[in-house]
Amino acid sequence: MSSRGTGAKRYEWATFEGIWNREFTLFKRYWLSTTSSSVVQPVIYLLAFGLGVGTLVTEVDGISYVEFVGTGSVATAVLFASAFPGMFNTYVRRVFQRTYDALLAAPVSVDELALAEGSWIAAKAGFYGSFPLVVTMFFGLTPTWGMLLVPLIGFVTGLGFAFFGMWVSAIIKTIDETTYVTSIVLTPLFLVAGTFFPISNLPPGLQFAAQFNPLYHCVELVRDACFGWQWPADLYHFAFLTVFAVLMWLVAVRQLRRRLVD
Amino acid sequence: MLGLLGPNGAGKSTTMRMLTGQTRPTSGAIRVLGFDIPKDSKQARARMGVVPQMDNLDTEMTVEQNLTTFAALYRIPRRDRREALERALDIAQLSQRRHAKVTELSGGMKRRLLIARGLVHDPELVLLDEPTVGLDPQVRQELWSLIDALRSQGTTVLMSTHYIEEAERLADDVAVMSHGTIVARGTPQELRTAHVGVRATEYYGPPDKLSAIERAAQAAGLATRRTGPSIAVLRSEDAQEDLLNNLGDGVHRSATLEDVFVLLTGEVLE
Repeated sequence: MSSRGTGAKRYEWATFEGIWNREFTLFKRYWLSTTSSSVVQPVIYLLAFGLGVGTLVTEVDGISYVEFVGTGSVATAVLFASAFPGMFNTYVRRVFQRTYDALLAAPVSVDELALAEGSWIAAKAGFYGSFPLVVTMFFGLTPTWGMLLVPLIGFVTGLGFAFFGMWVSAIIKTIDETTYVTSIVLTPLFLVAGTFFPISNLPPGLQFAAQFNPLYHCVELVRDACFGWQWPADLYHFAFLTVFAVLMWLVAVRQLRRRLVD
Repeated sequence: MLGLLGPNGAGKSTTMRMLTGQTRPTSGAIRVLGFDIPKDSKQARARMGVVPQMDNLDTEMTVEQNLTTFAALYRIPRRDRREALERALDIAQLSQRRHAKVTELSGGMKRRLLIARGLVHDPELVLLDEPTVGLDPQVRQELWSLIDALRSQGTTVLMSTHYIEEAERLADDVAVMSHGTIVARGTPQELRTAHVGVRATEYYGPPDKLSAIERAAQAAGLATRRTGPSIAVLRSEDAQEDLLNNLGDGVHRSATLEDVFVLLTGEVLE
């Protein structure tokens, strides 16, 4: 008897529709808490840094310090909205809730699962990552057309960090190990990204290291979207973020497959 | 309905996971519904319904949301989803609780929902992994009638269990598994006839007396099995009445699938 299989497509739209539907159903339960914390967090940054440090420093690179921090904290918001769900949700669903076992018993492949989950997180990161800009407008930031691209910048950055989180979630043995990742990897990344102070103030070694920090490229792109594009530098920043997302995607899928299919 | 009967660790769940491509076999070939596994496992899974041993429902969602999520994943066309949902709710008898969150359901209700989730797309083959493990006898009866209804509809079911009664009542065909291999296969009746005959005779007494009976029976060429407080002489219909009487004051009973199970998978679990 010959096989009935005709070789299913690796990525099928029905799977994405199903997984995103599921995410949207869950989202309807928690949107209020996510939305309010996304508004409150940049307000706190702006008050703390803008009004605190802002009394010492009034201007950075020709823009007001409040606007400098406000635009910079887009990257922080994107990071928090992508790396943490990538790590925690993925770990909880795989290990504690065994949701992924249920999904993989249906016609869903590990590749589809990873891409659907990662893109959903990234879409949320792009959306919520733009909130600091809106908040900063209340502190005097002037709206520009370029800002319309900020959700897209947030999406691509979020994709990379969502996959980074998913990759980590499939490496760690216990959920407590996420603490190391947060303190050793994520905290330095968001401090040395040019969010709160320009990296040109850093020692040359750290300035060089920042070039490899995806968040730095995100910060630069967002500032240029707000205050004027820089060609071809911005193209380079965007390419860097895209490559980061693709690399993280590849390692996340590989590691998740190891953990989900034995 | 094929029942996979075996003690814990015999490889029942692993077999189930291999059929869905969630565990890769180290050797051999697998074909399910004509599809090569794992190559075409996605296509096979679209026609299969899986009810896992461990509850993996979405606890933050309602009964209805759990079912609609899988109706979409199982590629039921949008216009047919409402109907599929109602059918699944009927199977689970949860129409009245459709808006309840999973956390508000009892253990039996969760199991029924888990089964209905695997049936939402009317699959050609259903895999039930230990469907009643850890449930009250009342709830178990209820699930048995649900599974039996499935069988009478003509759905092919592969059910793993380590409950003998479950296999006895539901399975048309039983495969006894031990250490990853099938050691016997047949209807419950055939297995009894082939391995333990028609009748067993049980003797009760203190441990040293039971050991003495065991030795005497085995010396006479009879198979025995320990059942805790008693020792059972199997296939006692073939033994001489005198011999049985000499062993002690025995009680006759019908041979059971449990006798087959213990005889084939060993008295002591490793």
